[in-house]
Amino acid sequence: MKDWTFIVILSIVAMATPLAPILIGRLIGPRKGNELKNATYECGVETRGDTWVQFKVQYYIFALVFLVFDVEVVFLYPWAVAYNRLPLFGVLAGVVFVITLAEALIYTIRKDALRWI
Amino acid sequence: MSLTPLHAIFALMSLFTVGGAVGVVLNRNLIYAAMYLVLSLFGIAGLFILLEAPFLAAVQILVYVGAISVLITITVMVTRCVFCKEPPPRQLTLVAVMAALVMVTLGFVIMTRFGGLTPAADVPADSIEQLGVAFVNPQAYLVPFEVASILLLGALIGAIFIARDDLPRDEEAVGGDDHA
Repeated sequence: MKDWTFIVILSIVAMATPLAPILIGRLIGPRKGNELKNATYECGVETRGDTWVQFKVQYYIFALVFLVFDVEVVFLYPWAVAYNRLPLFGVLAGVVFVITLAEALIYTIRKDALRWI
Repeated sequence: MSLTPLHAIFALMSLFTVGGAVGVVLNRNLIYAAMYLVLSLFGIAGLFILLEAPFLAAVQILVYVGAISVLITITVMVTRCVFCKEPPPRQLTLVAVMAALVMVTLGFVIMTRFGGLTPAADVPADSIEQLGVAFVNPQAYLVPFEVASILLLGALIGAIFIARDDLPRDEEAVGGDDHA
């Protein structure tokens, strides 16, 4: 439980740090807007069309690929923690696991599913 | 029973979990509902930590807060009507009563039929390490561990096979014009 105390303190500091400037700005900043100040972009290209549009379904593949390799990380995490206690066979078993999922990565790349659209 | 900081943390994490879940149900904007879901899942991770299950907490953060929320956000993004004004929820009272009924029933069954809430045995400090050793031990979970990788491989190939048809291709020549 001792270690978690530090994580709790870190989370509180991490949440407070970005919130503080926003709140301080709200409190002491002057609020005199004009057309230029209220514009979404002060410089650069104005956006066209609606922000809330339907995205192409192909983006879903990126999420699925991410999910698969995220679950791989979950399995490898205890394996990596126990690495120093593992026999050679155990290390090789983990390597087989990684190689199997490397096939998944190769398949994804070969099927051109990682190209940004 | 005296109040300890643990009670305060439990209350805060329960607030995150239940409050986030209520936010998901009541919010009419799908993206905001997804964000509330992240808060709720994060609260569950905190509850796992309080239950001294650090591996489950890590899984909760990595998979649910990390990946499932991304998956759900993208699911919302590809829906046809992201920012449509949904009609306000109907039958809210009925749903709330049903949910409360399920909770009371489950709580009753757990408290009476399964011997109630008993403190678990002490969790060893190196529980994650022991799990890692057991994963690659042939006498323990080696086969499920390797099958899991094949399952993930199959899931990925299946997902790409289903979604691939709409991808723009220039290398592969496939018969038929299935570009809608």
